[in-house]
Amino acid sequence: MAIFLTKESKVIVQGMTGATGMKHTKLMLADGTNIVGGVNPRKAGTNVEFDGTEVPVFGSVAEAIEKTGADVTVIFVPPKFAKDAVVEAIDAEIPLAVVITEGITVHDSASFWAHAGAKGNKTRIIGPNCPGLITPGQSNAGIIPGDITKPGRIGLVSKSGTLTYQMMYELRDLGFSSAVGIGGDPIIGTTHIDALAAFEADADTDLIVMIGEIGGDAEERAADYIKAHVTKPVVGYVAGFTAPEGKTMGHAGAIVSGSSGTAQAKKEALEAAGVQVGKTPSETARLARAILAG
Amino acid sequence: MDLFEYQARDLFAKHGVPVLAGEVIETPEAAREVTERLGGRAVVKAQVKVGGRGKAGGVKLASDPADAVAKADAILGMDIKGHTVHKVMLAETADIAEEYYVSFLLDRTNRTFLAMASVEGGVEIEIVAEENPDALAKIPVDANEGCTPEKAAEIVAAAKFPAEIADQVADVLQKLWTVFIKEDALLVEVNPLIKSGDGKIIALDGKVSLDENAEFRQPDHAALEDKDAANPLEAAAKAKNLNYVKLDGEVGIIGNGAGLVMSTLDVVAYAGEKHGGVKPANFLDIGGGASAEVMANGLEIILGDPDVKSVFVNVFGGITACDEVANGIVQALELLKSKGEVVSKPLVVRLDGNNAELGRKILTDANHPLVQRVDTMDGAADKAAELAAAK
Repeated sequence: MAIFLTKESKVIVQGMTGATGMKHTKLMLADGTNIVGGVNPRKAGTNVEFDGTEVPVFGSVAEAIEKTGADVTVIFVPPKFAKDAVVEAIDAEIPLAVVITEGITVHDSASFWAHAGAKGNKTRIIGPNCPGLITPGQSNAGIIPGDITKPGRIGLVSKSGTLTYQMMYELRDLGFSSAVGIGGDPIIGTTHIDALAAFEADADTDLIVMIGEIGGDAEERAADYIKAHVTKPVVGYVAGFTAPEGKTMGHAGAIVSGSSGTAQAKKEALEAAGVQVGKTPSETARLARAILAG
Repeated sequence: MDLFEYQARDLFAKHGVPVLAGEVIETPEAAREVTERLGGRAVVKAQVKVGGRGKAGGVKLASDPADAVAKADAILGMDIKGHTVHKVMLAETADIAEEYYVSFLLDRTNRTFLAMASVEGGVEIEIVAEENPDALAKIPVDANEGCTPEKAAEIVAAAKFPAEIADQVADVLQKLWTVFIKEDALLVEVNPLIKSGDGKIIALDGKVSLDENAEFRQPDHAALEDKDAANPLEAAAKAKNLNYVKLDGEVGIIGNGAGLVMSTLDVVAYAGEKHGGVKPANFLDIGGGASAEVMANGLEIILGDPDVKSVFVNVFGGITACDEVANGIVQALELLKSKGEVVSKPLVVRLDGNNAELGRKILTDANHPLVQRVDTMDGAADKAAELAAAK
């Protein structure tokens, strides 16, 4: 088991034939991902070859699902066209859409999120502006490097891509059940809480590492959720203690507004929920290690 | 991107929101002619992107054109909460009977848009929210359905606007929603929205924040940027497409990925506590693909910051390979040298992840006198802080 993504997952790539899509489709295949197709209306009916694997290109997400039984789409479509791509995935009722694209406008994200709700939330959205998710040894849907770590029993959920990699690296000898990068935009589909709930229910996860950063109140709400619903040990890390007020720190959503969204408030909320919070990524890894060593 | 009041006013006018006549000026003398055009009297308003300017003396009533010159002279150059006043807006005077509040904004928690409205406007809305939360109506607005006439009526009713102005306020709300949508705004706020003595609803002061990711479909927005206010290093970084924020410490920071760079700032600040309180000098995320050129651009900005005493390059090779990053650093230093720039600040480099061994070897072989390799993030932060403190 794992969360959201297993070796059974049949993955399609929207934007596969672009430069970024090509590069990462090749890497995902190398990690064992079962990629069953790409989507590009202008290249429908053709095949693209990746190191000997022929991947068919379909005209639409609906056609790809009909022909292959795909249940996951990874979206690399540029910001300008990303909303239409996500809406198409929602309309085709694919169970999981992973939106890698960075730079989607808030209005476009709000629009596809509202659309997903209006359609009954049949599609789980991860991202946008995220590295995707990986279940080591089984499948990789996104841009997380597949060779950092191995299968194990730690679950990881993070707003940040590179901190995901850093944490996987710190704990590489122990391995991970799944690692999910949920993205750093103001509006994201899957939240810390969704991932915490899934890891709590996952028989193959013993401990959860949760990485947050400044901006919004997702970590505070996750802390409330942990207190009420999570029985597995959770170790936390929050980035951005030194971030000044009113400045966007790289991620569109990473901003302290007045006194809200500070790293200190998030750390305190998590600690009040019984979560051990590391001061640095390496200390966070040590805390996780100590708990797993019993 | 937050706009000045006069820019917000222009956007309101563009989409039919009722506003008063007004013009922005940068010299006191220009106030005379503008005030004459406005009918001989004007409100002189400091243009700063911070609240509380009225209390700070940044808003004055001028009774005639000569008085407007004197008032503009007093306000231009004023410091309001650390913001220097470079522009003032002269606005038509208003006969205010009532002051209200309306806004549209992003509700991150609920992942939707939100309308807020209150009949208790004219004061800071955070204070209303705190002291009298029932007086502030909050109504979710679906991104795809928008502020329909029915939704506008719902907002008006929830905020308990008087019946005689309900239709006018509903109309203004729909026009403000047009501003919100058409301009890709993250916030559109009117405070106060006034009822004038003759019963008209007018947006007297406004705040608008725009989504910078919308540049591709908002070509006019680039012109709204306040280039005067930007820190010169931030402006130079922006011109090179670098994600940079100037801070007030001594350790220059370069890293890949927003989260890792934020984390690096924190780790350096902790390390600095042991080294005379040195702090990070900046945030700089060079992103996933750190080519030699991007690294050179980044290093050039950081080394050009007179506050920087040492530099910490913190890279975790994910998709980017560390050997490419190491080559980037070596080439960047050569590039800067060939441009005649004297590089004299020590660099501490930490490389981990994809091809880290190869990357470390490249740095060792290059044997650059200013570059030190430390292989853990905490250790490297400590070394960079120590070097900055020693300078």
